[in-house]
Amino acid sequence: MPTPIDPPLALLCELTHRCPLRCPYCSNPVALERASSELSEEDWRRVLAEAAALGVLQVHFSGGEPMARRDLRELIAAASGHGLYSNLITSGTLGGEREITAFAAAGLKHVQLSFQDFAPDNGDRIAGLAGAHARKRAFAQAVRTAGLPLTLNMVVHRQNLSGLPQMIDMALELGARRLEVAHVQYYAWALVNRVAFLPSRRQLDEATAVVEAARTRLKGVLTIDYVVPDYHAQRPKSCMNGWGRQFLNITPSGKAVPCHAAESLPGLDFPSVRDGSLADIWYRSNAFNRFRGTDWMVEPCRSCARREIDWGGCRCQAFLLAGDATRADPVCALSPDRGVVEQALQQVESEPPGFVYRQYG
Amino acid sequence: MERLVVSDATVLRLAPHIVFRFDEARQRWIMLAPERLMLPDEQAVEILKLLDGKASVGAITDTLAGRYTEAPRDLIARDVTAMLQDLADKGCLSGADAH
Repeated sequence: MPTPIDPPLALLCELTHRCPLRCPYCSNPVALERASSELSEEDWRRVLAEAAALGVLQVHFSGGEPMARRDLRELIAAASGHGLYSNLITSGTLGGEREITAFAAAGLKHVQLSFQDFAPDNGDRIAGLAGAHARKRAFAQAVRTAGLPLTLNMVVHRQNLSGLPQMIDMALELGARRLEVAHVQYYAWALVNRVAFLPSRRQLDEATAVVEAARTRLKGVLTIDYVVPDYHAQRPKSCMNGWGRQFLNITPSGKAVPCHAAESLPGLDFPSVRDGSLADIWYRSNAFNRFRGTDWMVEPCRSCARREIDWGGCRCQAFLLAGDATRADPVCALSPDRGVVEQALQQVESEPPGFVYRQYG
Repeated sequence: MERLVVSDATVLRLAPHIVFRFDEARQRWIMLAPERLMLPDEQAVEILKLLDGKASVGAITDTLAGRYTEAPRDLIARDVTAMLQDLADKGCLSGADAH
């Protein structure tokens, strides 16, 4: 008997791929969508209403830079009207106090602000935009002035990891209650730039020790969420907590995908919110059912005791590294494809190459 | 910022950005925080319903001790304080000591 499908918990609205930054680890696809293909405000309003009816609890407004959309305040108000808990995931480089105050009044609950480093020059270099770091600091101030809780998102890698203690200090100084220390995940632009980012085991262990010490020291003051780089792990991450189990992502043009990298998978026809309801997409589309549960698994996943813990790891990583989305995630020590990960790890001590910055192709 | 330390004298309320509500789709109480969902158990739901920004932690314990006469008050006090301290550490509560 098939396991019943639970309603989704969270909806990620990638409102646009437009962004003033050019981060070489951007999680948007390498083939970026143009503004002309974006969903209208009316489409997004319908998606939000359907999401709430479906049981979604949290909505994340993201991008690209979601503040590039002129209708963001209206969409936040619509989400709030449906009882959805709304998070803004932003680079903080477009707009400031006026916008964020209006968002708070419209019902926004929380802001996650990205930084590329604690050091302005390295931060601006990674973002590919002069002055970005200073704008982000001013934006953090505006978030606190508006009375909204602030999370800093620090994407870390071999070219900024040594500054982790100063990043934690910066989070405290800017009044954040939560800090995400997220190692780069190797998809899309980050996969193109993997050698430039992948840290060594020694760098990783040092960073992990810094995080653990800070968690103890700052208990009740700053919560630190830590996303480790799975290339150094023995077992894969439970990617999205399982395909089509909790999470739904809508791309700027309206494609519904189980994670933000899933568009890289061949042979899957991802449904569009322009053509059908979110309920149909979630419960009945082939794309969302393709890797649900465990029936699709091959060995070593199929008989693995952890098959309902890590759900076979990441389908996109299996395809990107092993050429087949049905195989075990190659980062797993039990995967016959683990060698491709070991090969990548051999380059971590080499001189990092220059970045391939995110851009329209 | 200092850590909020929960004692009998502390008066607590949910932080303004925390949502505690009944979810019709799942038929259970939920708590929503930044990019996070918490599923409080029955006991936690009862405590959360008593957080009104007026009653001290000690007064909440008294209320619960009145409801569950078979449990010793100091055991209830320990559970209540531990649960609220955990939520405070996660940034879900604001409060101050009553004077």
